[in-house]
Amino acid sequence: MILIGISQRWNPQFWAIQTTEQVKYLNFLDNQFFKEAGEMSRFTARFFKEASKPKQEYEEFIHQCFVIGYKTLTLVGVTAFIMGLVLTIQSRPTLLEFGAESMLPAMVSVSLVREIAPVITALICAGKIGSGLGAELGSMKVTEQIDAMEVSGTNPFKYLVVTRVMAATLMVPLLSSLANAISLYGGYLGVNIRGHVSWHLYWFQVFDALSFGDVIPSLIKTFFFGFAIGIVGCYKGFSSQKGTEGVGRSATTAVIVASLMVFIIDLIAVQVTDLLGLT
Amino acid sequence: MERLSKKPIIEVRHLNKSFGDNHVLKDFSMSVYPGENLVILGKSGSGKSVLIKCIINLIQADEGEIVVLGSPIQGLEQDELDDLRAKVGFLFQSNALYDSMTVRENLEFPLRIHWTKEERALGAEAAVKEALEDVGLLHTIDRMPQELSGGMKKRVALARSLILKPKVILYDEPTTGLDPITSREISQLMVRVQKKYNATAVIISHDLNCIEITSDRVIMLIDGTCYADDTFEALSKSTDHRIKEFFT
Repeated sequence: MILIGISQRWNPQFWAIQTTEQVKYLNFLDNQFFKEAGEMSRFTARFFKEASKPKQEYEEFIHQCFVIGYKTLTLVGVTAFIMGLVLTIQSRPTLLEFGAESMLPAMVSVSLVREIAPVITALICAGKIGSGLGAELGSMKVTEQIDAMEVSGTNPFKYLVVTRVMAATLMVPLLSSLANAISLYGGYLGVNIRGHVSWHLYWFQVFDALSFGDVIPSLIKTFFFGFAIGIVGCYKGFSSQKGTEGVGRSATTAVIVASLMVFIIDLIAVQVTDLLGLT
Repeated sequence: MERLSKKPIIEVRHLNKSFGDNHVLKDFSMSVYPGENLVILGKSGSGKSVLIKCIINLIQADEGEIVVLGSPIQGLEQDELDDLRAKVGFLFQSNALYDSMTVRENLEFPLRIHWTKEERALGAEAAVKEALEDVGLLHTIDRMPQELSGGMKKRVALARSLILKPKVILYDEPTTGLDPITSREISQLMVRVQKKYNATAVIISHDLNCIEITSDRVIMLIDGTCYADDTFEALSKSTDHRIKEFFT
């Protein structure tokens, strides 16, 4: 068997077949990627079309703000606190080496506000909100609840998708702002574990280091994070197929794609901020 | 003969529907007359559910014409379609109850579009209670769908499809997955509500007991076409082997 295997590998025909199969697979992946990207673009275009029509579902929007915002608050708060604390404790020895320990609050605040808090918050939301939307809408789709909504005269896209995407777009920036505040408080405790910096001095140094160029772009990008998380979660749920297996797959892919989108948006935001001279 | 003197309430003409290479409905035509209970009988995958979803425009037909309550369903604007759908109740095979809402909220859901805020404030509670009383489940009004048995879910779903007092009720396999006793109860309930609301019903089923109880007329859907159209009694005595295999 081993000899047959080795002889096959020396056969040019074997490699020709292998290469053809790999090219076919890559073509399939390419087609899938472009098909998915196209479908998602159409879904996003439909979102703007439906959102611009009159008669919004305000009650459902407020309910979704509660579900998406309030119910993610604890998770974001705890993570942000640990993030601020750990970042401060980890950065301290390096700054100490350069005799720049007094720069610790300024360094921590800029790192947290500009990058770490928004991105980590968005990733947590991608996990919790993205998977939640994918699974919820996916199970509604496979159990014909979306069809039932349509039959009852309700526009399911407007009722389910527009409200959830808008709630995510509004709530992620609020959660991110809150994460900024909590993580900076964690940083204060971190600074005081080994050293001593007064409450007033700490916050003075934090705000002194921050400028509008740090806060505003980071806040703006969180709206895009929220929108991406909402649209990806809803798209994956709405296009769910193949029963319960499909629901699971929708939830998983919603998290993966939403997380990837967060990084891509972050990369674009950094480039735009850099181009505008806000760095 | 009486039905022939009436104008059909639903007319399906030369309907074609394919999913890829699978030609599900082939030049299918039928008429449903006011007040009758029409059962569509066929094997699983024969296109029965596709047919009633085409009637309510949940699935768009490739070719053909569907006229419901005098309106050609394919040419309607969204608002017109929503108004028409208010006159058509639909009982889904999976019940399709909104699992994040209570029974009350499930029943109130169709009212939020078709009734004004004032109408809802004045009459929603009474309408919900009446629909639940009709199916004998008033005591479940504040329960969640997960707390109900299969038969109870089916009854609540039926109550939801009755809330707007529809002129036509479409049933997609109403007794599938139920035990014979519950299945018989649901079938009898369907006949009762049909009489009370003076509605016309199109029932998709392959449950012979349900068909015997509910049907005035049966259409056999075989190979995407209308293979036979007669009463249950006549079809059950047929010598045609393709019809006989359903009744043996």
